[in-house]
Amino acid sequence: MSGRRRFSLAWLGTLPFFAYTLLFLFLPAGSVMLGAFKSVKGGWTTSNITMLFHQPYVLYYKTSIEVSLVTALLGAAIGLAIAYAAIRERTPRWIRSMLTTFSGVAANFGGIPLAFAFIATLGTIGVVTQFLKNQLGIDLYGNGTWSLFSTSGIEIVYLYFQLPLMILVIAPAIDGLKREWREAASNLGASSWQFWRHVGLPVLMPSIMGAVILLFGNAFAAYATAYSLGYQNLIPIAIGNYYSGNVLDNPHLAQAMALGMFAVLAVMMMLYIPLQRRAQRWAK
Amino acid sequence: MEDHEEQEVEFWRKLDEEGISRSQMLKRSVAAAAGLTILSGPGAALAAGRMRGAAAPPLKGNSVPMSTMIANAKKEGGLNTIALPPDWANYGEIISTFEKKYGINISNSNPDGTSAEENQAIQSLKGDPRAPDVVDDGPAFAISGTAAGLFAKYFNTNFGTIPRAMKDTRGYWTGDYWGAISIGYNANLISTPPKTFADLLKSDYKGKVAMNGSPLTAGSAVAGVFAAALANGGSLNNVQPGIDFFAKLKSVGNWVPVDASPQTVASGQTPIVIDWDYLNLAYGPEFPSAKWKTVLPSDGVYGAYYCQAINATAPHPWSARLWEEFLYSDQGQLLWLKGYSHPARFTDLVRRNVVPKALITALPPASIYAKVKFANNGQQTAAKTLIADQWPAKMGA
Repeated sequence: MSGRRRFSLAWLGTLPFFAYTLLFLFLPAGSVMLGAFKSVKGGWTTSNITMLFHQPYVLYYKTSIEVSLVTALLGAAIGLAIAYAAIRERTPRWIRSMLTTFSGVAANFGGIPLAFAFIATLGTIGVVTQFLKNQLGIDLYGNGTWSLFSTSGIEIVYLYFQLPLMILVIAPAIDGLKREWREAASNLGASSWQFWRHVGLPVLMPSIMGAVILLFGNAFAAYATAYSLGYQNLIPIAIGNYYSGNVLDNPHLAQAMALGMFAVLAVMMMLYIPLQRRAQRWAK
Repeated sequence: MEDHEEQEVEFWRKLDEEGISRSQMLKRSVAAAAGLTILSGPGAALAAGRMRGAAAPPLKGNSVPMSTMIANAKKEGGLNTIALPPDWANYGEIISTFEKKYGINISNSNPDGTSAEENQAIQSLKGDPRAPDVVDDGPAFAISGTAAGLFAKYFNTNFGTIPRAMKDTRGYWTGDYWGAISIGYNANLISTPPKTFADLLKSDYKGKVAMNGSPLTAGSAVAGVFAAALANGGSLNNVQPGIDFFAKLKSVGNWVPVDASPQTVASGQTPIVIDWDYLNLAYGPEFPSAKWKTVLPSDGVYGAYYCQAINATAPHPWSARLWEEFLYSDQGQLLWLKGYSHPARFTDLVRRNVVPKALITALPPASIYAKVKFANNGQQTAAKTLIADQWPAKMGA
């Protein structure tokens, strides 16, 4: 039967996918890359790009990268610990399933609902703030240094969806950490710390690094959460202000900033690939 | 044989049973695809034909009798507006009054949209029957929209009584209403009311003062910086003292970086709000439990206006012009005054004694308004550049 067919139509099934990728990924990215070099008067210019190396744009990039790195690294470390605690044998099975279900919801609970949930609890007149102030005498906003709307506040809010994402992503890798290795190590007299340093972490390292990159990208591009909290110093917020605000009006500068975001992520990937290759020595 | 090959064979076998050959099948699917894509064609062609059949809309409002304008507008079957919140300067009542008076249905999209989004909608929805017919832009966007050719020229019947500084003399846009920056406060939570910008720095107001957004993205916040500059030794050409004022407000802990909105006013999250007078004054009757009061700061009175413009490729051009006629008629202007804003023809209305006393007394005293200052486009651009440079570092985190 198969010999007689001259023309296979199977490849037609990939057309919708490629059409979708072309229309919603390559064309928009291409128009952003081209638009970054256009000037408002029509015509080409590199001034949008050179402007990015001055203030306040340097501050925007610095804050975005800082917030993303902090939440990625903290989220990875704490998420790894929680995931491992839930998955090892001595923990009852139901804890793991409850944790992964909750993480599946929390990892996607970002944006406006999350921001307002935090405002309602830890905001200036939030439920938890009031409770701490009235019942325990702790005024979170008292000495004017911490605020939900400051950088550390944003990082706490971002951690709410970064941590569960880490748990979801690292759980399969932890499954691959065989129980026998742990037993063999303790038989040979290794302490917990020595096991992790020589066996556990090296085996998990490729997955952990991949997860950190994922978390970084996730926080770097987050928009609605920071927008709802009124936090201004992030790149996506700045792009929104320059592109569709009521005050600033420079769409090509906004496109240049987006191009800068591509560049930052490209640099992260370039740092990641050789490290990944090094970490994968242990997988062989 | 692999799985997918089996399925493919099965598929063609079943087709065979139905008596359709492979080439017939392909022909039918191409015909269906082509049919679906051109199905929208006749609809658009019919709509365009309907519009071409009507007369060309006029350049001057007083060149056609009102009855003709109303009749032509009714034939178009609707009006599309954009970015008009119902509780902003009484737009809710303006829209419903227009609908009842002329029997034309208004479809208001994206009520919380920005001026940039209004102009973008004109460009991206060109030729689409959902495109906005009229826009209410900030002046900078009215000017940039004119330069981009987005608007049509139109001189409404009352064009002559609009102040020269508030209109484009070529007819591309007209200022519609203006307001001044005010300080609104919740009388339940604030025992000593603030009266000036200097008052806001007092320690009683820790964590209580907010603006309607950040000056990087909200026009009223830019105006707040201008007003603070005027109150602190700056001028329309120098808003640095305004930026420094807010930095000081933040350092003493009085500033709360929440975007003030009707919801935050009602909930008490922003007990003091620096915002347009027409917004603050409207919160009073809207939220009686918040006991919202408004004062105009005597040390810095800054005002700004918004601009009406008609889409050059409006799907309902006659209705758009009728809308402008309505807005600039005495009735429309008084509705804006009812919304606590100063309509463009305010001086003319007062001179002709057509303003009800109740509306005048609802506003703060005219003596303060007499001190109001407006910035021109050059001053605005310079201020925005300075704010964009300094605000992130000084007020960001």
